[in-house]
Amino acid sequence: MIRVDGVSVAYGAVQALRDVSLEAATGAITAVLGANGAGKTTLLRTISGLATPRSGTVSMDEVVLTGKRTEDIVRVGVGHVPEGRGVIAEFTVEENLRLGAMIAPGPLGEALAQQYEWFPVLGERRKQAAATLSGGERQMLAMARALIAGPSVLLLDEPSLGLAPLVTAQLMHTVADLCSTTGLTVILVEQNARSALRIAERAVVLYLGRVVADDEAAVVARDDQLRQYYLGMVE
Amino acid sequence: MSALLTSRNVADLLGGVTNGVIYSLVALSLVLVWRSTRILNFAQGAMAMIATYIGFAILAPSTNYWISMAVAIVAGMVLGGATERVIVRALYGKPEINPVVAMVGFLLVLESVAAAIWSTSSRGLPTPFSMVDWQLNHKPVAMSPFALYEIITAVVVMSIIAVLFEYTKLGLQLRAAAIAPEVSRLLGVRVGRMLTLGWMLSSGVGAITAVLVASNYFTGLTPTTMDGVFAFGFIAAAIGGLDSPVGALVSGVAMGVVLQFVGDYLNSNAIILVALGMLVVSLMLRPNGLFSAERQRRV
Repeated sequence: MIRVDGVSVAYGAVQALRDVSLEAATGAITAVLGANGAGKTTLLRTISGLATPRSGTVSMDEVVLTGKRTEDIVRVGVGHVPEGRGVIAEFTVEENLRLGAMIAPGPLGEALAQQYEWFPVLGERRKQAAATLSGGERQMLAMARALIAGPSVLLLDEPSLGLAPLVTAQLMHTVADLCSTTGLTVILVEQNARSALRIAERAVVLYLGRVVADDEAAVVARDDQLRQYYLGMVE
Repeated sequence: MSALLTSRNVADLLGGVTNGVIYSLVALSLVLVWRSTRILNFAQGAMAMIATYIGFAILAPSTNYWISMAVAIVAGMVLGGATERVIVRALYGKPEINPVVAMVGFLLVLESVAAAIWSTSSRGLPTPFSMVDWQLNHKPVAMSPFALYEIITAVVVMSIIAVLFEYTKLGLQLRAAAIAPEVSRLLGVRVGRMLTLGWMLSSGVGAITAVLVASNYFTGLTPTTMDGVFAFGFIAAAIGGLDSPVGALVSGVAMGVVLQFVGDYLNSNAIILVALGMLVVSLMLRPNGLFSAERQRRV
């Protein structure tokens, strides 16, 4: 479980998160929704140590993550697929995965085989430069690269960005599948509220750095006010 | 066959390659640092010179050449790592002029310190192999055991660096940290360590280069031993592309050969002019360098 407790983050004079608290339950998908600039990405960056909070703490199963370096937070079991995916275009698909597997405990061959089983298209293209992949394939590579390290928590930052609706649907299906088969804890940041709410158990809505709603996904999905004012879901 | 090997053109070619591999090594050393930290290390030659003094002047001259060389390499690597930690780390994210000024300043400091400790007079290093050219039918071949030693050393150093970067886990991390530091951290790469290691490798290559240069009987070791070689290596790196090790290799050797012909057929005073001309033309045609992979990245 990931617990965020009273976290405030500022970039200079800009307050990105204000006293944000939330919990992401083990083995479940927690969606974090909100418009551009709501603080979603900052929240994930704070969890993985890329952003430093002014106040508040982040912890994972009683281990305090705040104050640790990103490199060490990753080793505790937090995988982070950043905004824009962060695939290294100059590397081949397999080099990207080998880099992700560096901190994995088991043998490399097995770890690779596991990812190629989950994402067959990566296996077919493993010798290709990542630059040649489509947007959806890149997102799969970014996810596989995080998963190959064997994390217990996966932070996904806008995986649907720039993807066709059908590809997004497949991707969400994969995330839901992974979560239910491996017991992975997922924090899913999305602007595309509709597809995120479809697979999430719980949903947190951020607005200008504050939590304005934190409830079961089904409840958030039915709340007309939330949908209209914060999620931009106009019928 | 023997007439060909002893001909003027072949002599120029061989002499050019021998000089060129030295420029290639200097360029490689610059590329290693540029790739990982985007800093042009103007003090590279001076750092290598200090390492060579440590290997050959602090230890008595009678010490074994190879032990001195090993000491120089280790000293170079330590100096490189310390420079990254102490000086360079304060320069990340600063305006581009800051590292330039800092590294040029560091160059002057190192040369002054060396002159103060070891004086400016040239000191001959033991030369491990004869510098007398081999003979074929009583004519010299423009290739001596020492020249061959230089070429072989350069090839070995470059092969080690290439294998390290392309085929090892450490090389993968070094490359990733250079291309995408933040993503690398998210994958557990200790980026700070990789940057330090990049500087250490670069300075190790630099130290080997300086030992080769200084053990040449005609140069010897002075605080400014590396200045001329550094200038040509720098131009080679700029022509080849500062982020391309292959570019460093090819343009270093090519420059050595071209300049040898220029010196022989034109005038040895024209060498630096032609080198600068090559730089200007290549920068006009391909500002990123002939072998640079740098391009607009797709998001």
